[in-house]
Formats: sequence, C-alpha cells, structure tokens
Amino acid sequence: MARIVGIVTTDHGNVGGGSPIFYASSREQLQRLAHLLEKILDSAAHEMNEDLFIIVDRH
Amino acid sequence: MVILDWFHAHKDITCVIIGSAFGMAARIFMLRSDYRQYPAYPHGKIIHLALGLIAGALGSVAVPALYNKDYTAITFLSLAAQQFREVRNMERNTLTAIDHLELVPRGAAYIEGIAVVFEGRNYLAIITAFLSSLFAMWIGWWGGLIAGVFALILAHYFMKGKKITHIADIEMVPIKLDGPDLYVGDIYMMNVGLDENRDVIKEQGIGFILTPKSDDAKVTIANLGQRQAILHDVSTRLGVYRDDGDPALLPIGKLGLRTGKLGLLVLPREKDIDKAYQSVCNVPLLEAAVRTPTKANRKSTEGAKQSG
Repeated sequence: MARIVGIVTTDHGNVGGGSPIFYASSREQLQRLAHLLEKILDSAAHEMNEDLFIIVDRH
Repeated sequence: MVILDWFHAHKDITCVIIGSAFGMAARIFMLRSDYRQYPAYPHGKIIHLALGLIAGALGSVAVPALYNKDYTAITFLSLAAQQFREVRNMERNTLTAIDHLELVPRGAAYIEGIAVVFEGRNYLAIITAFLSSLFAMWIGWWGGLIAGVFALILAHYFMKGKKITHIADIEMVPIKLDGPDLYVGDIYMMNVGLDENRDVIKEQGIGFILTPKSDDAKVTIANLGQRQAILHDVSTRLGVYRDDGDPALLPIGKLGLRTGKLGLLVLPREKDIDKAYQSVCNVPLLEAAVRTPTKANRKSTEGAKQSG
C-alpha cells in the first residue's frame, strides 16, 4: 500500500498528524522542497491543492 | 549417385540425418532475436541451438525405432519432455532474475509467456524432425525432404502468435493536463505534483487509447500482465524517459472503468509517433491474459435451458 512519507505546505493551519511536515514560505519554495523530497525519497510528489503537496512512497 | 545409393542402403541412418537436420533447421528458423532483444547473447543462442539439435535427433530416432518394433524407444520422448520443461524453468528464472533491473519491467505474465514459447518451440522442432523422418522412412529420402519443408511451414504458422491489434483498436490521443490531473483522452491517469514533471510529460509523453473489439477483449486488456507487456515493449523499442527512483515519470496504463477502454501513457526517449504506434500494435497477446468469458457464459446458459 502507498504511504505518505512527507507533507509540504505553505499553509500552517491546514495540516497535522504523523508524517513529517515541511513548511514552505512561497509556492516556488513549495515546488523546490517537493522536488528535493521526491528525489531524496525516490517517491512521487502529488498535488492536493496549490498549497499542499504530499510525498507518496509506493515501493 | 553414390550418395543416393548409400541413402537407399542405410535407410535408418538416412531418416535420422534428414529428421535431425530438419529439426535443427526448424529451431534455427524459430530462434529470432528481434526487438525484444532476447536471446541476444551468443551463449544464449548456443544453448538453444544445442537443445534444438537434441530435439531434432530425438524426434527422428523415434521413427526407425518404431519401425524396428523397438517400442521402448518411445520412452525417450518422455525424457525429452522433461528436458524441455527444464528449458522453460531456465528461461523463467533468468528473466525473473533480471526483471527488477529493467526500468520498465516485463512483468511475470510476459516472462511466463516467453518461457512457454521457448518450450513449445522445442516441441515444434521434435514434430518437424518426426514428420520428415517418418516420410523418409515411408516414401524415401525425397519424401522426407518434402515433408520436412511442409513441416517447417507448419511450424512457422504455429509460431506466430496473435497481436494486440486482433482484439483492440488503437488510436493515438492527446495528453491533457488539468492542473495536477493527467488525462489521456478522457481517462484519468494520475496526479502529477511537480511542474517539471508536468513539462516532461507534456513534451515527451504520447497517449494511446485501446478500445476493445469485443466483450472478451475487455477482460484481456484489463489484465495487468498484458498492460505491463505493452509498456515494456514500447519502452524497449523507443527507450524510456526516466531513471530509477522517478515514480512520477513511470509509463502507466489505466482503465476507463465505465467504458472498459485502456488508456496508455508512454514516455519514449525517441518521440517518434509512427514507431510508437507500430510498437503498440505489435505487442503480442499474452496467453495468460486471454479469456473467453462470453463462450463460458453462453454454454452455461444453454446448459441451464436444456436442463430446465
């Protein structure tokens, strides 16, 4: 089953829970952080909405 | 003339020679390394040629043995069957071992299909050898030659499998990106988060929709093994625009649930649309994926009517 291994967001109030959460200051930084996490974790970044990305591991 | 006299004098050996030669010829004829690039290595070929010679010899020896009422010789054929089942195991093990090193894996169903074909081709070599040997014994050396050529044509006919075009219409459709949502035609494929991945897919991606021609075909193209085989074949022929650890750029196939159509997203290294179309059309239909539910259902309803 797929697992959420990270959450990247610009919206502090919108997220919580057990996965590591990374806050970005802008949407550009959001893309950059998601890109880095995708490469580092060998996982796929998915867009929930423009301010919230999840990094999903399907291995 | 001396040779012909010798042929007439030594009928048994003539049978064995002609049979083995045609058996070997059948195996050489069927051993192709095409776009699947398998078996591509000289040693892989030598293994199969040697086994082809053995198959030919076994098939051709059976005939003189039976003519001389040596019926126990037939048990050798069962030994051969055992041997060739090993071939299937060997091919399956080799391909499974290297499959996880492929950027787009073949998948277990495709590997099983290839392994079965390798086994089956040895039996075709045996049958070719048996037939040509039988006719050489029955009619004469020239009868063996004619039967051998005929058997080769027969083997060629049996060797050909069906292709995906037999069961589905293939059309190329544009890829649509609606925010993060990626569509091929009207089939939802996946959610792509990063802008750079969306750009790659926009630039390199080619979308296909496979429309099943019958209800049976719907079940076949829904098979995961068949889908993986299509993706692997296209990726082999045109390369694949991805690296390990890039799950966002994986070629995928998704089913349109309401229509039963199969949407395919491929990311070829060489974006040649005609070749991509051709490669999808030429994907072999996997034996493991073919189902005929309509046949079963028709029979069961007929049976119910008769009994009721």
